Amino acid sequence: MTTDPGLTPAVPAARRRHRRTQLTPYLLVAPVFVAVIVALGYPLVRQIVMSFQEFGLRQQFGQAPEWVGLDNYRTVLSDPAMLRVLLRSIVFCLVCVVLTMVAGTALAVLMTVVSRWARLALQVALLFVWAMPVMVTVTVWQWLFDSRYGVVNWLLSHLGFTGMEGHAWTADPMGLFTVAALIVVWMSVPLVAFMSYAGLSQVPAEVMEAASLDGASAWRRFRSVMLPLALPVIMIVGLLQIVWDLRVFTQIYVLQQNGGSTDDTNLLGTAIYRLGIGQGDYGMASALATVVLILTLLLTWKYISTLVNQQKEAAAR
Amino acid sequence: MSTSTFSRTPHGGPSRTGPSPAAGSPAPAGRRKRRRRSRPVLNAIAVLAALVWVFPVYWMVNTALVPTSELFTLTPRFVPFPTSFEHFSGVLRDEKFWSALRMSAIVALVVVVLAVLFGFLAAVAVSRFRFRGRGALIMLVILVQMLPAEALFISQFRMLDDWNLLSSVPGLSLLCLGGIVPFTVWLLRGFIDGVPVELEEAAMVDGCSRVGAFFRVTLPLLGPGLVTSSVFAFLHTWNEYNLALIVMTKTDHATLPLWLRSFSSETSATDWGGVMAGSTLIAVPVIALFLSVHSRMGSGLVAGAVKG
Repeated sequence: MTTDPGLTPAVPAARRRHRRTQLTPYLLVAPVFVAVIVALGYPLVRQIVMSFQEFGLRQQFGQAPEWVGLDNYRTVLSDPAMLRVLLRSIVFCLVCVVLTMVAGTALAVLMTVVSRWARLALQVALLFVWAMPVMVTVTVWQWLFDSRYGVVNWLLSHLGFTGMEGHAWTADPMGLFTVAALIVVWMSVPLVAFMSYAGLSQVPAEVMEAASLDGASAWRRFRSVMLPLALPVIMIVGLLQIVWDLRVFTQIYVLQQNGGSTDDTNLLGTAIYRLGIGQGDYGMASALATVVLILTLLLTWKYISTLVNQQKEAAAR
Repeated sequence: MSTSTFSRTPHGGPSRTGPSPAAGSPAPAGRRKRRRRSRPVLNAIAVLAALVWVFPVYWMVNTALVPTSELFTLTPRFVPFPTSFEHFSGVLRDEKFWSALRMSAIVALVVVVLAVLFGFLAAVAVSRFRFRGRGALIMLVILVQMLPAEALFISQFRMLDDWNLLSSVPGLSLLCLGGIVPFTVWLLRGFIDGVPVELEEAAMVDGCSRVGAFFRVTLPLLGPGLVTSSVFAFLHTWNEYNLALIVMTKTDHATLPLWLRSFSSETSATDWGGVMAGSTLIAVPVIALFLSVHSRMGSGLVAGAVKG
């Protein structure tokens, strides 16, 4: 022991003070941490556990769940009906995302070129749509597409599509998906439009001016200068849309209730719901939900890691 | 305080950006001249797009105001004249509407208070302290935003069932809180970061304690941030349908979206006038709140994302 004995009492005191200041941030963070762990973390762990178990109606009446390894996953992923749901969800998601991104960025570009009053009109309209609660939105669209008194059928039949009079949209899968996709696109476009517009209007005026002096046409300036510079923002929004549209639930669930067979119209969200809450097969539903979760993580991994790196850089600064 | 940002928010709900009309790209003179010819056409397209997008909202209000006798005709009524308030009074006489309103209001109140309180504390920690695990916490906040709610509700249902919290205010509030509080942290952190620490340090030089400086200097400047995050927590809870559908299994514990659902499907021939009046009543407070925050947010959402 080479330490000077005279110094030793000072060390614990300093450490104590150090520990007290270190404790404060943890206390401040604790409530959020607990809330997230209880509301999301614990269910997540439990779901992963449940996906490896036989957990059906019998287990709800007290029987201990049986471990079945990967059986649930094997069943879910080899069931042709489930594969159809998976495929259908991916196609539905892609169609919605493409339509949303095209319409959203088109409106954003429009905002940059129109007069101020026209831009304001468009922005107010989009804000109204953005604020609408999901359930209200779906209900209003059901009314628009009502087979007998709906304004859409009235319009179509007056435009010369005589067959559309009294057409029951939600009765067949194609019609139901059309209406659902229209709802999803309609309500997602405002976010895309506003974020893309914010991205586009951040392109420095000097850069555009330079391109203009170099003789670039309006289209060329847009395609070669404005769009590439705003692309990071547009890409992020697009990625978010993919994640959200992959798991659309409310639109499909509500439209299914006045339509035909649910087997032909289930997407991932409603399939999980019907397996779990409907049929009480929690093991299978959990396995399917975990598949969706993994799919989401795979899709967003790059985005998340970029965000995390940005955070690390910011923290290091 | 509008310098505060919540850039690159990975959130689901109505994340806001408010490009103010003045933020439009100032056109160089040459471009402006060339553009003038096509401008009326573009303006017309913009107005047309605005009309297309706003039409369903208009149709909701219109239907709610058209008398029933005029509603179910083969030619739609495009303007609500003569006006009738029968649908609204019908909804307001409905006992179930009031009980759903109470339920929605209570859950929203609980979630707003807890989310803003918890979120504020955590945001202070992340913004004003350097501590071990801070990076992990930020990562957690980002990851949670990505978690699909639809992929979790089975086990959330099982969990609340075990704890006897189905059809209860604490049960639904807990799940809504877990969903929104990470976003609240994210949002408030941006606002707190926007207040320079130097202001607090100046107050400490003048004799304030660290806590005193925070409460006297920084907190009063955070008003807009607290209001904004309250509004988002409110919107998130008020609009929530999926979780309410799973958790509120008893019909007399329905929230407003659940009430609207049962209201429109309980009879075979839907009373569309009443349903649209109910929809209007649910949507109007939300739209009003949303428009009020919109002007507050500034265009911070993607600030710096382009310039790097």
